[in-house]
Amino acid sequence: MKISRRLSAVLVALWLAGGLPAAYAQGNDSFTLTLKDHKFQPEELQVPAGKKFKLVVKNLDPTAEEFESHDLKREKVIAGNSEATLSIGPLKAGTYRFVGEYNEKTAKGRIVAK
Amino acid sequence: MLATAVIVFREVLEAALIIGIVLAATRGVAGRVVWVTNGIAGGVVGAIVVAVFAGAIASPASGMGQEIFNALVLFIAVSMLGWHNVWMKRHGREMSISMKSVGEAVRGGAKPMYVLAVVVGLAVLREGAEVVLFLHGVAASGTNSAASIAAGGAAGLAVGSAMGGLLYFGLLRIPSKYVFSVTGWLILLLAAGMAAQAAAFLVQADLLPTLGDTLWDSSWLVADGSLAGKFLHALIGYPARPSCIQLAFYAATIVVIVVLMRLVNRPYGPQRGTPITAS
Repeated sequence: MKISRRLSAVLVALWLAGGLPAAYAQGNDSFTLTLKDHKFQPEELQVPAGKKFKLVVKNLDPTAEEFESHDLKREKVIAGNSEATLSIGPLKAGTYRFVGEYNEKTAKGRIVAK
Repeated sequence: MLATAVIVFREVLEAALIIGIVLAATRGVAGRVVWVTNGIAGGVVGAIVVAVFAGAIASPASGMGQEIFNALVLFIAVSMLGWHNVWMKRHGREMSISMKSVGEAVRGGAKPMYVLAVVVGLAVLREGAEVVLFLHGVAASGTNSAASIAAGGAAGLAVGSAMGGLLYFGLLRIPSKYVFSVTGWLILLLAAGMAAQAAAFLVQADLLPTLGDTLWDSSWLVADGSLAGKFLHALIGYPARPSCIQLAFYAATIVVIVVLMRLVNRPYGPQRGTPITAS
């Protein structure tokens, strides 16, 4: 018990140490992707490297889609005719691919961090 | 049809492997098939409910409801898996005092099956909800006939279940003397992997820091989206690009469960063992 309690104390401390500054340093940058007819618009989204940002995905299709990116380590189901917000970054400069998992052939794009 | 089959297979695989492990871990338990079947049925009903209310689940907590919901479901499964291992350890000790094997206690039906039925139900719920949303989308788009959707879905379900079956029959080949310690280890890693995945959801919801975004990148070797990646992810929680916080949750889960297993297995003194043998 002692060990697990100490461990949870360390984890809580890490959470506070890492989480609070991150929350304060958080930028208000927000980028929007629109999904229509199972295609992302724009297909390439430019974002600043090294900064946290919010990604809003608007699903204008009547059916649900799962935004998925192994590169970004994000997966989120977006119900039909609704939008979802994801917190992403800070990213190193580079290209990060993403897809709509339910319609992978058409719903794909990339985020380019510069 | 093939695209439908592939996606359904991908979603079914993880739940099927978990069910395979649970069935192997409960070898010989009376009524286990009923428990597991109930778990699956409950999971399917839950999946449909979650899919229908996907929008409502997503909106709370400034749009991070889905992440919190997923993390919660995973943490419940982690605690159930941990409880299973601790139970096995405690009864292993009592049984060795009364000169019985754990296998006999398990076969006697004493093992808490509801714990594992919940794990099965939650796995089916998580993966099933995505299948329901996907199939609904395919059906609504109208480009595929109902027959083709049904055939694709059934094929994906069949191949995914077959993978769970293969794992189960593979585990059955292990001599009965060792099978519970092997399933115990598998369940420990399963729990750790789920805890790491829950951490990833909390990072996505901005409730946890990553403490370092990418600890390593082994996507060149086993990519997350590949079949091997899916297998390893389902079994041991493998990610190709883990963050430090994921590893921390993974390790902490193993440490906590192992410590609890050690604690219940510690000798308490002579009076502890005697009531079992005295008749």
